[in-house]
Amino acid sequence: MQTLLPLDVLGFLGPVGNVLIVIALGFGFGFVLERAGFGDARKLAAQFYLHDMTVLKVMFTAIVVAMVLILWSSAFQLLDFERLWVNPTYLGPGVLGGLILGMGFIIGGYCPGTALVAVSTLKIDGAFFVLGVIGGLFAFGEVVPAFWQFYLGSGALGRLTIPEWLGVDPGLIAVIVVAMALIFFSAAERIEVWAKARKEGTP
Amino acid sequence: MSSVSSDKALPSASRFWHPYVAGTLLGMVLFLTFAFTGHGLGASGGLTRLIAAAQGQLAPEHVRLNPELANAAGGPGHPLNHWLVWMIAGVLLGGLTSGAAARRLKLETFTGPRLSPYWRWGTALLGGLLVGFGARLARGCTSGQALSGGAVLSLGSWAFMFAVFAGGYLVAYLVRRFWN
Repeated sequence: MQTLLPLDVLGFLGPVGNVLIVIALGFGFGFVLERAGFGDARKLAAQFYLHDMTVLKVMFTAIVVAMVLILWSSAFQLLDFERLWVNPTYLGPGVLGGLILGMGFIIGGYCPGTALVAVSTLKIDGAFFVLGVIGGLFAFGEVVPAFWQFYLGSGALGRLTIPEWLGVDPGLIAVIVVAMALIFFSAAERIEVWAKARKEGTP
Repeated sequence: MSSVSSDKALPSASRFWHPYVAGTLLGMVLFLTFAFTGHGLGASGGLTRLIAAAQGQLAPEHVRLNPELANAAGGPGHPLNHWLVWMIAGVLLGGLTSGAAARRLKLETFTGPRLSPYWRWGTALLGGLLVGFGARLARGCTSGQALSGGAVLSLGSWAFMFAVFAGGYLVAYLVRRFWN
């Protein structure tokens, strides 16, 4: 049976409608990032000095909410999970790229999406960061022929979800992810209080 | 030290949303993106296409011989007519609208208390270079890989996400003068 979602926007609205939908979704994305305070590198960097853990809270809340909605709508046959894009797993380049990106994040103060939001509100540091990102993306494309095997083959497992990998029900993993998020949130609230007190020199 | 996060003296439209409220709305945007398009959000991918399109114009033979570059510009139609590029347009419009409504549109440089704006431009450029390189190596950034892949429980996306936090915490102490 064909599920309603993911919606065949191209079929319903044509190419122009499809573009407008994507722009609208991007608009929501940029608006929420800006309202979360993510157009400010100082707030993003604070995640790594523990006195403001908004990054962790927003990210994990978003992942939990989207994950639960996706799993529910597929359980009720409203959404076909098999037709969703699941980022293919390449453990080697994914972990190495993540480490490099994390280092760049704390040095430069943004990630690509938040830097675009900083640019949209006229932050000069955001513009320099985006220039850097463009340079880094370009450099990778030029040097990757030197390590094709690593890029294409290291830990390449294709489309693989955590429940498929462990051979368990997605609902179980969802419960574990929610529990982990709640533990992270509770820890984050305590750590913030502790780090702020330490920073301001009050016990 | 002025508080960036929760300045109660500001009018409500200029205050940031509570993190859990912002996170919930971001999660709903992410779900709607999957529901309408079948894929998640993205930021660095659109920039990759911009570069690929420019390279295709300037050095088509070079692009043809490098599968990564050919792939980045690939697909039907003009390389810039791709959802990743349109999404960037949306993100810029959304950030602009929110920032304007909150009176945060101001030409300025955000930096730590000890780092001059000129140095800050340099660190932003350097950090950006690493982030761009890492994002393309990992086939996605915080948006396209961590958030989107995280929500559909991709194994690789979760490994990536923890690597991002690990990378940040590994280097944070060394660059503490940038921010504190």
